[in-house]
Amino acid sequence: MSINCVAVLGAGVMGSGIAAQVANAGFDVILLDIVPDGANDRNAIAAGAVEKMLKTQPAPFMDPRNQRRITVGNLEDDLGRLAQADWIIEAVIERLDVKRDLYKKVDAVRKPDSIVSSNTSTIPLQSLLEEMPESFQRDFLITHFFNPPRYMRLLELVTGPGTRDEAADEVRDFCDRALGKGVVDCKDTPGFIGNRIGVYWLQCAVLEAMRQGLTVEEADAVAGRPLGIPKTGVFGLMDLVGIDLMPHIMVSMDNLLSPDDAMREYFDVPELIKKMIADGYTGRKGKGGFYRLQRDGAKRVKQAIDLVSGEYHDAGKVKLESIDAARSGGPRALMEHPDKGGTYAWRIMAKTLAYAASLVPEIADDVIAVDEAMKLGYNWAQGPFELMDRLGPSWFAGRLRDEGAQVPELLERVGEARFYRIADGRRQFFGTDGAYHDIQRPEGVELLADVKLRAEPLAVNGSASLWDVGDGVACLEFHSKMNAIDTDIMEMIRKALAIVPGAFQGLVIYNEAANFSVGANLGLLMFAANTAAWDDIEATVRGGQQAFKALKHAPFPVVGAPSGMALGGGCEVLLHCDAVQAHAEIYMGLVEVGVGLIPGWGGCKELLLRWWDNKRRPGGPMPVVSKAFETISMARVSTSAADARRHLYLRPDDGISMNRDRVLADAKARVIALAEDYSPAESPQPALPGATAKTALQMAVDGFHKLGKATDYDIVVADALADVLSGGDTDITETIDEDELMDLERRAFMSLVKRPQTLARIEHMLETGKPLRN
Amino acid sequence: MRFVLHELLAHEQIEALPGNEDFTPDVLNAVLDEAGRFCSTVLQPLNRSGDEQGCRLENGVVRTPDGFKQAYEDFIAAGWTGLAADSEHGGQGLPATMDALFTEMLCSSNLSFAMYPGLSHGAYKLIRRHGNEEQKKTWLPPLVEGRWSGTMCLTEPQCGTDLGLIRANATPQTDGSYVINGAKCFISAGEHDLTENIVHLVLARTPDAPAGTRGLSVFLVPKFQVKADGSIGARNGVTCGSIEHKMGINASATCTLNFDDAKGFLIGELHQGMRAMFTMMNGARLAVAVHGLGIAEAAYQGAVAYAKERRQGRALVTSQSPEESADLILVHPDVRRMLLSMRSQIEGARALSSWVAARYVHSQRNTDARARQDADDFVSLLTPVIKAYCTDMGSEAANLGVQIYGGHGYIREHGMEQFVRDARICQIYEGSNGVQAMDLVGRKLPAHAGRYLRQFFQPVAAFIESRAEDPALAEFVGPLSKAFVRLQKASAWVAANGLRDANEAGAAASDYLRLFALVAMAYLWARMAEIALAHQSSDDGGFYRAKLNTARYFMQRVLPQSSALFACIVAGGESIMGFDDDDF
Repeated sequence: MSINCVAVLGAGVMGSGIAAQVANAGFDVILLDIVPDGANDRNAIAAGAVEKMLKTQPAPFMDPRNQRRITVGNLEDDLGRLAQADWIIEAVIERLDVKRDLYKKVDAVRKPDSIVSSNTSTIPLQSLLEEMPESFQRDFLITHFFNPPRYMRLLELVTGPGTRDEAADEVRDFCDRALGKGVVDCKDTPGFIGNRIGVYWLQCAVLEAMRQGLTVEEADAVAGRPLGIPKTGVFGLMDLVGIDLMPHIMVSMDNLLSPDDAMREYFDVPELIKKMIADGYTGRKGKGGFYRLQRDGAKRVKQAIDLVSGEYHDAGKVKLESIDAARSGGPRALMEHPDKGGTYAWRIMAKTLAYAASLVPEIADDVIAVDEAMKLGYNWAQGPFELMDRLGPSWFAGRLRDEGAQVPELLERVGEARFYRIADGRRQFFGTDGAYHDIQRPEGVELLADVKLRAEPLAVNGSASLWDVGDGVACLEFHSKMNAIDTDIMEMIRKALAIVPGAFQGLVIYNEAANFSVGANLGLLMFAANTAAWDDIEATVRGGQQAFKALKHAPFPVVGAPSGMALGGGCEVLLHCDAVQAHAEIYMGLVEVGVGLIPGWGGCKELLLRWWDNKRRPGGPMPVVSKAFETISMARVSTSAADARRHLYLRPDDGISMNRDRVLADAKARVIALAEDYSPAESPQPALPGATAKTALQMAVDGFHKLGKATDYDIVVADALADVLSGGDTDITETIDEDELMDLERRAFMSLVKRPQTLARIEHMLETGKPLRN
Repeated sequence: MRFVLHELLAHEQIEALPGNEDFTPDVLNAVLDEAGRFCSTVLQPLNRSGDEQGCRLENGVVRTPDGFKQAYEDFIAAGWTGLAADSEHGGQGLPATMDALFTEMLCSSNLSFAMYPGLSHGAYKLIRRHGNEEQKKTWLPPLVEGRWSGTMCLTEPQCGTDLGLIRANATPQTDGSYVINGAKCFISAGEHDLTENIVHLVLARTPDAPAGTRGLSVFLVPKFQVKADGSIGARNGVTCGSIEHKMGINASATCTLNFDDAKGFLIGELHQGMRAMFTMMNGARLAVAVHGLGIAEAAYQGAVAYAKERRQGRALVTSQSPEESADLILVHPDVRRMLLSMRSQIEGARALSSWVAARYVHSQRNTDARARQDADDFVSLLTPVIKAYCTDMGSEAANLGVQIYGGHGYIREHGMEQFVRDARICQIYEGSNGVQAMDLVGRKLPAHAGRYLRQFFQPVAAFIESRAEDPALAEFVGPLSKAFVRLQKASAWVAANGLRDANEAGAAASDYLRLFALVAMAYLWARMAEIALAHQSSDDGGFYRAKLNTARYFMQRVLPQSSALFACIVAGGESIMGFDDDDF
């Protein structure tokens, strides 16, 4: 049996978020909650939850239309519907009696072999099942999602002794492929992996900051970026998850953990936090937390709380030598530094890492599970064992020993070696048996990082490489800073065009950085403009146009495989691909107008031709021009792959992979499919309206200007864009070809880049990261 | 000077800026003429005697050389100290362009003397910009009048370039004043007998100040206290411990100052001392650039005069005066090369420093904020370039001057060797030239993603493009265009490699600065040639012909250095930084 229909019981933040993600994956969902007292609408809670999600940011839905896949109901009238569900996810209140009661009702109506799972984070599986028949136990497991379910990749999966393997396999596979999760198998222990270690880390870091007299800002500056932890650090993260949550979690941990568990050292809830919760300072959802934003006239000033007095003050910049040391020397330099930042970093990480090391194999079979859980659930750049490898396990153990702390057995056993190693081109981990084992990837997960262990690149320069990723497919990888597109990348495209034919079936453009590409290197462009190197700029524009055009018409299929952001030039290269296999979380857009430019590497041309080719467009050329104009002049950025389709950044037949670890394999499959009977793309030659269209577009922009929605300079930029998209001085009786459109695009780009207002926009973007509205 | 002011920089339209309306070309020319007369008749005659006699420290009092006090009294009686000061403080309000030209004359005639009013003007500018109303009322008018003089007290025995090491301290008093303690050294005009009072501007640290330069504040410490009515009161706790025995500028008193519980007043905001100093740095560095230029001009004038009277040897091809025992040394190619090398760089440097001065005026007085910002960008960018280039050039020119004089240049009598000694300090003070180069590549280039560069590169690029088709200008615009591309490429190279490795930027810095200066002068020479070409038909006295031919010399014999500099820059810093420390 495979999972086609999912039911979610409980429409709280987690339940509704899970339902939305199932809908995002293209599956039907039944979402049920209790009948509210005295309500007219007996489905009000579930319906309200869906309604609310449409307004929530970040959005739980990848496309608002996905809500249609959710059928709402209530737990009294609609239990019968559960007979349709292949997988029933329970996400109701964390009360054992409520859950047990519900399971009995569910068991009465569910179809045979359907799977039931709980999203509990605090109740052991053993207790949940105590009163349930064996037939239920066979089909039951825990699937613990992290909040928000769309964005957090961790899914902790816990099976009981009676759970049948097929049930676990099916859910694991569904969560991985359909929901895009990184599934980590955990044991039935309190807090599983993520919360066991994460809560320990948070409590330890909060209490130690107070004990050692660090400010909130200092603690976050140390327990954040320098350790590869998100910059929210400790206190920022507490604000995010809700400060009032901690005492609840501590109570449940208290009930479940053994009396000698090391976490008990950090069980206290400080008076300050109690007072904050009592006064409603519960974090971002409350009146404020450890930080708050205070209005000062039009400006919003970030303030931080004083951990001693409880008073707020303007948040200060943190300057610590230990943080500077970490910049070049990594976490170890941070921890070795004698200042208070270094002392603090050592204290909390020594505690946390040793705790993590002491919990294997108690909470997980291997170190990978622990590392994955912390990376996917807490966005740590490295998991605890990877961090210990960076520090050097023997150095770490030695320092623990020097301080009289107990060295966990696993750390003792790894000795002078590391928890991970590379042998014969394979990544291996140190098992609890004391031997190294290959890391196994699920079928259909292929990573460039693994390829790199085994092979040398076919070609490489400072910004890009070309790899053989097997099955006759080559892979073009960007690796410049922020994956900004520069002349080295163009050079590598030219190399690929020379290397791929004959030797490979086709090319994938893919990388494993956080963002596919954030566009052209604006700093270089700005510098060239400031030194009036106009010829160089024009050569770069022309070079990019030619390189991308050559990709498009290459005698082999090219498949773009992006995840994260693909902006500006990063979007343009994808527009030239024969097909795109995108990760579901793709933020794609032609955003050049934000810096006073227009897409200059064929982006205007390609989007225009896409709308021209769009079979569902209204007749005549004007809607084509208007649509492309609207998309580019508004600098639309997709909020997901589904959204990218609406802007035609993606075509209807472009693929979407929910799990980013599967993007490469899916893209390769696409190349192989296209390679059969491949003939290079041909560009249409549209007949564009020329001046008449331009006038119409200008009128529209003038309207926006009058309404105050467009600035003076927006008009100049829009004018240049309108000139390109309307076809310049063509008219409707003539067709215009690709090269002519590129010439128009390049001329318009060059006219804009010479203007001081454009340079002011670029400068502002480079210095503040925000667009200038001049 | 008139050519630069009225023709080359005509498009800057300085006279159109508010406050400059009255300064017609006639007025300005009259000022220049009078300045020239004063400098040549009063100051120049004291240059050598002042050098010979030097300053003397007697019982804590510094005596300037004979004649200096009288000359200074004449100087202030003629109102020269107020030339560029605002009229509301008693000055004449002339633009900085005039100040630069006047300073050049001063320095040509007597650099040591120029130090005294020069420092007063620096103090004037700092107090005007950062002082409060009461401070301005008390201190500015006497400074403008020249009755009092000023100093800048930054250097201490343990800190020169690195001001973060300053130890002088300031303790706040209940009346709002401060008590200053510490020792300063190398303080020009720190103590002397020319004025009735001296206003010291002292960088010092308050007790709870942050470490490094961020903890410094500026304090005004007068030699004599000033009473409420403005009259001179009790002696303050600042004394001159010694004066330095120097290589040159011997008539300028270079003092060690001891501050013992001296009363001082905070100027501007607490801990903003470096910022206050930086705001006057552009002006001060422009002035020092002109010091180098002034010496170079004096050396050139001396060398030309000598070359036109000294007879040695025969011309290589045809004797120019066979009736004489020998030809003038002016006929010898190498002497001519030296003279033209001096002249083409002096005139280029004058054009360049005046351009910077003109843009400086815009940065201060233009009514449009955007135009002020653009001008300020330009001044910020070019200031290190002219400071280092003009002072290096001043030293080179002084040396060539000696060379043309031969053995007579090496003896004291002709004054040529004094130029070498006097010029040498200009490469060091107000930020050594190496520091200027670092400022250019480390601060100015990367600022706002290279925004400062725009104010230079874009106008020059536009000029080249607009003149590309003009055959008459081809011999000037052609070489300019090639050198300009080298500068563009060198800029990109420094930006890219310097960002990756700061040592690369540091290794390229001095060569890059010089390349920049050469290209900037090439641009100005092309523009000067264009003007000269337009005046060929009405060229009384051959002024424009000489301009044109100097321009040719520059393009053919000076600018090609840009290729070598470019090659040095892109060779990278490995041969410098890779050299083993132990092998030095």
